[in-house]
Amino acid sequence: MSPVASSSEPHAIDPAKRKQAILIVVCCTVLVAIAQYLIKLGANRLSHAGLVATTIGIFTIPPLFAGYCLYGVFTVLFVYALRNGELSILYPLIALSYVWVTITGVVAFHEMMNPLRVTGLVVIVAGVAVLGWGGGGGK
Amino acid sequence: MTTPVSSMVVVLIGAVIGSIGSVFLKSGAHAVNRDWKSIAFNWRLAIGIVTYLISSVLFVKGMSRGELSVLFPLVSVGYVCTLVWSRLFFHEPITKVKLAGVGLILIGITCLGLGGH
Repeated sequence: MSPVASSSEPHAIDPAKRKQAILIVVCCTVLVAIAQYLIKLGANRLSHAGLVATTIGIFTIPPLFAGYCLYGVFTVLFVYALRNGELSILYPLIALSYVWVTITGVVAFHEMMNPLRVTGLVVIVAGVAVLGWGGGGGK
Repeated sequence: MTTPVSSMVVVLIGAVIGSIGSVFLKSGAHAVNRDWKSIAFNWRLAIGIVTYLISSVLFVKGMSRGELSVLFPLVSVGYVCTLVWSRLFFHEPITKVKLAGVGLILIGITCLGLGGH
């Protein structure tokens, strides 16, 4: 069974909607960052748990549960954005969440910042910018 | 701390499954209209969400043990897969711009992972 809807025609997308889709996903990466932080917080309690215990933990450990709820909100917005944008552009944009996660760690939790991490942040932002601006206009 | 191979495999599988999930999310997204049934009985969307959840569980599992310098780059393998799936299933061209963007993101995430935490 092919997962492709016969009605999907990525080339017939209106450029304004395409830009809006990119903007939605870029904003949504903040949600992903918060969700990932909460999940990481909860995951520390699961380092030796099996797959079943991990799944149960998602519903019983508050930060894990909150994290996945935020992921749910993100998914709704992401699906909305996918209607008007290319998957090959919108999916990699989620990597921007790494930037927020790192900045949060440094600002709020006094994690150390080093040249390698700064380079990483700058290069990720550059990659997202290339995809967002270069990929939004078609070819 | 060293990274167990099992963590690497789990994260890698999570990344690939997540990218496949995004394919179902996109094809499901196109089937949604104003009728609530188009969401409630949307099997593509359902598969996409379940696949996404499975990949998240695998990430939680894999990330709980091991070094981020090894595990972060593995997560970003999913972005490369997505380029291929998008070409295969949605006929989205793999352009130089996309390759450059995803390449930069991969390098950036690797740097972040190497930088610690």
